Amino acid sequence: MSSQSVKPSPSLPVLQPKDFASDQEIRWCPRCGDYSILAQMKKVLPTLGIPREKFVFVSGIGCSSRFPYYMNTYGFHSIHGRAPAIATGIKLSRPDLQVWVITGDGDALSIGGNHLMHALRRNIDLKIILFNNQIYGLTKGQYSPTSPLGQKTKSTPYGSVDSPVTPLCVALGSEATFVARSVDVDIKHLTYVLERAAHHKGAAFVEIYQDCNVFNSGAFLYASDRDVKSDHIIYAEHGKPLIFGKDGKKGVRLNNMRPEIVELGKGINVDDLLFHDEKAPDPALAFLLARMRQPEYPEPMGVLRAIEKPTYDQAVNAQIDNAIAKGGEGDLDALFNSGDTWVVE
Amino acid sequence: MSAAASPAGQAGQPGQKPLETLDSAVIRFCGDSGDGMQVVGTQFTNVSAAFGNDVSTLPDFPAEIRAPAGTLAGVSGYQLHFSSTDIFTPGDQVDTLVVMNPAAFKTNVSDLKRGGTLIINEDEFDTSNLNKAGYESDPVQDDIVKSRYFLHKVPMTRLTRDSVAGLGLSPKDSARCKNFFSLGLVYWLYDREMKSTEDWIHDKFKKNPSIAEANIRALKAGYNYGFSTEAFTKHYQVPKAKLAPGKYRKITGNEATAWGLVTAAKRAGKSLFFSGYPITPASDILHELSMMKKFRVRTFQAEDEIAAMASVCGAAFAGEIAVSASSGPGICLKGEALGLGIMTELPMVIIDVQRGGPSTGLPTKTEQADLLLAMFGRNSDSPIPIVAACSPGDCFWMAQEAVRIAIEFMTPVFLLTDGYLANGAEPMIIPRMADLPPFKVVHPAGKKSNGEFVSENGQNGEHKEFLPYLRNEKMARPWAIPGTPGLEHRIGGLEKSDITGNVDYAPANHFKMVMNRVNKVAGIANHIPLQEVEGPASGKLLVLSWGGTYGSVRSGVQEAQAKGQSVAHAHLRYMNPFPRNLGDIVKRYEKVLIPELNTGNLRLLIRANFLVDAVGLNKIAGKPFLVSEITQKIDEMLR
Repeated sequence: MSSQSVKPSPSLPVLQPKDFASDQEIRWCPRCGDYSILAQMKKVLPTLGIPREKFVFVSGIGCSSRFPYYMNTYGFHSIHGRAPAIATGIKLSRPDLQVWVITGDGDALSIGGNHLMHALRRNIDLKIILFNNQIYGLTKGQYSPTSPLGQKTKSTPYGSVDSPVTPLCVALGSEATFVARSVDVDIKHLTYVLERAAHHKGAAFVEIYQDCNVFNSGAFLYASDRDVKSDHIIYAEHGKPLIFGKDGKKGVRLNNMRPEIVELGKGINVDDLLFHDEKAPDPALAFLLARMRQPEYPEPMGVLRAIEKPTYDQAVNAQIDNAIAKGGEGDLDALFNSGDTWVVE
Repeated sequence: MSAAASPAGQAGQPGQKPLETLDSAVIRFCGDSGDGMQVVGTQFTNVSAAFGNDVSTLPDFPAEIRAPAGTLAGVSGYQLHFSSTDIFTPGDQVDTLVVMNPAAFKTNVSDLKRGGTLIINEDEFDTSNLNKAGYESDPVQDDIVKSRYFLHKVPMTRLTRDSVAGLGLSPKDSARCKNFFSLGLVYWLYDREMKSTEDWIHDKFKKNPSIAEANIRALKAGYNYGFSTEAFTKHYQVPKAKLAPGKYRKITGNEATAWGLVTAAKRAGKSLFFSGYPITPASDILHELSMMKKFRVRTFQAEDEIAAMASVCGAAFAGEIAVSASSGPGICLKGEALGLGIMTELPMVIIDVQRGGPSTGLPTKTEQADLLLAMFGRNSDSPIPIVAACSPGDCFWMAQEAVRIAIEFMTPVFLLTDGYLANGAEPMIIPRMADLPPFKVVHPAGKKSNGEFVSENGQNGEHKEFLPYLRNEKMARPWAIPGTPGLEHRIGGLEKSDITGNVDYAPANHFKMVMNRVNKVAGIANHIPLQEVEGPASGKLLVLSWGGTYGSVRSGVQEAQAKGQSVAHAHLRYMNPFPRNLGDIVKRYEKVLIPELNTGNLRLLIRANFLVDAVGLNKIAGKPFLVSEITQKIDEMLR
C-alpha cells in the first residue's frame, strides 16, 4: 500500500463509526444500496488515523449526492456534475485535508464528465466514489450514460438507443492512477476497496455497483446475488491469477491480446492464466479487464490499477514553496516599485 | 483633445531643428497585426510615463492572431495620449499617425486631425497591398491627403534592411525590425530618450544578440532619419505633467486588477486562490497572477469556465481569498456556481472584463453591456454586490473593495472592468502597504482541547453548538473552515434552514432566507462611500456614468463646465447596492443624462429604482466614447 496522504495524529482519541454519523435523518428509499455504502464508509474512516475535522465530503446532485449530509464531517453538497471541480479548489487550498467526492453515473459521466476526466488526469489527491445504478433516480427514472442499450425507462419508452460508457474505461482513459470497482452489498470487499482508495496518494476512482431498488431494481443482481455472482464477477488481486467460478475452476487467459475464458484442468493450469498486475505502468492490462462485460465475461472487482505518480496538489504547492525558497517571501512594496518609476515633486 | 502648439516654438541649438513645445499629443501606430505595433506603442507609453507625462492608451487589435497579412481584418493599432496636464482619455483625434500599410491607412486615416502628421511606410504601398486593402490606386497620391495632412513618405522597409545589413539576418527578419525604425522616428519627432527601449530590446532578445542588435540599429536609424533628413523641419516636446506630487508608475487595468487582488489577500492575512479559463480580454489577469508564486498565489487554469467558478466555491469554503475572472461568454457559464456561492454565502470575487457581445461578439473590443447580466444573470432572487472600476489604475482599488465586501458580508461580489480598462494604461501613484489597513477576518475557533465549545466571535450567544447560518450585525454568517475541530458542518445548494443551515423547504423559512439574502446585500449600502458629484449640487443637467467611461465623460463635462454650462457629473463605482444618497442626487436636476456603451443598462436600473426619466447616450461600436460625443449631447440637452 502506498503511504497515507494525511498524517495520522496519534494523540487523538480513537474514533468509532458512530462518530461519523450526522444528526440528519437519512432520506434514501428503504433498502437503497446507498445505505450499505454509507455504513462501510463510516467503518473505514476511523481506521485511517485522521482527525474527523480533516475530512471533507463533496458531492454533486443526485441521490448519492445527499451522502455528505449524513456524515458528521465537513461537507459540501454542490451542483450537478461539479463536485470534482469544487473538491479541486478545496484540495489545492488545503492539502492537509482528505477530500472525498461522492457522485453518481449521471452526475460524474453525463453532466460532469469533463470535470471527472480532468480531475483524474491531473492526479489531484481526491477520492472519487461513483455510485453506478444505471439510472437517474432523483428525477425518477430516466436512462443514464451507463444504462444498457434497449433499456426501457421514462425517457426511453421504446428502449434506449444510446450506447453506454464503462466508467472504469473512462477513468483509465483519463490516466487515473487508481481505478477500482466493488458492489454495494459486498461488505468486506467494499470496505477493502474504500480503504485502498483512502490510502492512495493521488486521484482514486472507485465505481460501486449500487442497486436502485425503486427505478432499476436488480440491475446488478448478477454481481451481488450469492447464488450466481461467482460466475459473473472475478476478483482481481495483485500478483494472482484471474480465477473465478463457483469452485474456482474457471480462469481468464490472454489469446492474441483478447481475454479468453478457460476451464482449469484439461491441460490448462494456473500458470497459463493471466496474472493481475495493478502496478503495471501501462494501463493496457487494466483496460482489457475493464472491458470485460457480462454475459460474455465475468466483470472484474477489486483494484485494477494503483500506480504512484506525483500529485497535482503537491506540485502546485511545491512551485510556491520553491519560489519562496529561491526568491524569498513576496514583498508587495517592492513589486509596486519595480520597473520604471518616476517622482512628481 | 490635444492642445495647440505653444505660441513661440523654441529655437534649438545651432545645427539642430527647432523644438516646439506642446501641452499634449496623440500618437497612433497602426499596421498589420504581425508588424509589432503593440510593442512599439507600449514602448512609447513606458518612456513617456517614466519621463513624467500623464498618459492614457487605447490598444486596438483584431481578434484573429494573424489575419491574412495586409488585409483590413488584420490591422492592429495602438493609440496613446501623453500630456503635460491631467488627462483622462486616449484622445479623440490623432496628431501623428504612423501607417505601415495601405490597410492600416484605410481604417485609421479618418481619425487623424486636419493638419496632423502622417508618416507612411511607402515600401508597403505596392499594388499587391493596395489591392488587399481594396484600393485601385495609391490613396496617398490623392491631393486631398496631401493638402489635409503633413505627409511623410518614408521607405521604412528598405532603410531598415540597409541599417541591419551585415548582421547576417534573412531579408524577412531584417524587414521585421521596421517597427523599431518607426518608433525611433517618432522618438525623434517628440524628443524622447531611447535608452530604456534599448535596455528593453537587450533584455527581450538576450538569447539572440544579433536580433537585439538589429532592432537597436533600426531604432537608431529611424531616429537619425528624423534628425538628418530635410523632410522633418521641426520636432516637438511635451513637458512633464503637473500631476499630484508622489511617486508614479505605469499600470494597465489587468495588471492593476491582479495586484489589487494580491494586495487584498495580504490585507486579509490570507493567500489568494485564482482560477480562470483563457478568454480575451481577461487572460492577462491569470498570466500576471501565475507569476506571483512567491506571494503564495495559487493559480488554477481550470478545464472550463464552470470548473473555474466551482473551484473558487471550494477554495472559499476552504478559507482562501477565492477569485475568478472571465468575460461575457465565460460569465454566462459561471452563473450556476455563482448561485451556489450566493446560497452557501461564501466570500468570493468574480471579475467580468466586459467585451462586445452577445455570444462571442467582439472579443477584443470594449463594451459595458454586462451590468444587467451581473445584476440578474442567475435563477431566482440571487442578489449580488457589484462594483465597477473607472480607470486602469482604479482596478487596483476596486479589486480590493470587492474582496473587502466579500469577506465582510460573506457573499460573492462582482467586479466589472472592460476591455478598454484592461488593456489601457495610465500612471498610478505607487501605493504603500503601510497605508492600507488590514481587513478583519474572523473564523470561529471551534472546540478547545478540553472539548468545550467556543464561539469567540460572539455569534453563537448562549448556543452550545455551531450554527452555520447564525448572522452577525451585518447579516453575515460565520466563515468556519474545514480542519477546525468541532465545527464540522454541511453546506450546499438546497435551501437552508435559518440559523442551523440544515436543508429546509418550509414556505415561511424560504421567504425568510430569500429576504435575508436580499437585505444583507442591500445593507452593504451603509458600508460604502456616499456618491460624490462634480459640479453644482442641483440644476439643469446631471450626467451619470459608470465604469470605464469615466475619462471621456469627465473630460466632456469639464469642457461643458468651462463653457459655463450648468452641468454636474456623478460617476458610479458601486453598482449594487447603489450609494444610499444616489436617489436624492438624481432628483435634484431637471434632466439626467446616462451615457453608456450599451443600450441602457444603468438607465433601466435608475428608472426602476428612482422613477427618474433619464435620457441615454448609447454608443455600441466596440469603442470608448469620444469626448466630443459627450459634449455634443450635453449641448443638445441644454439647448
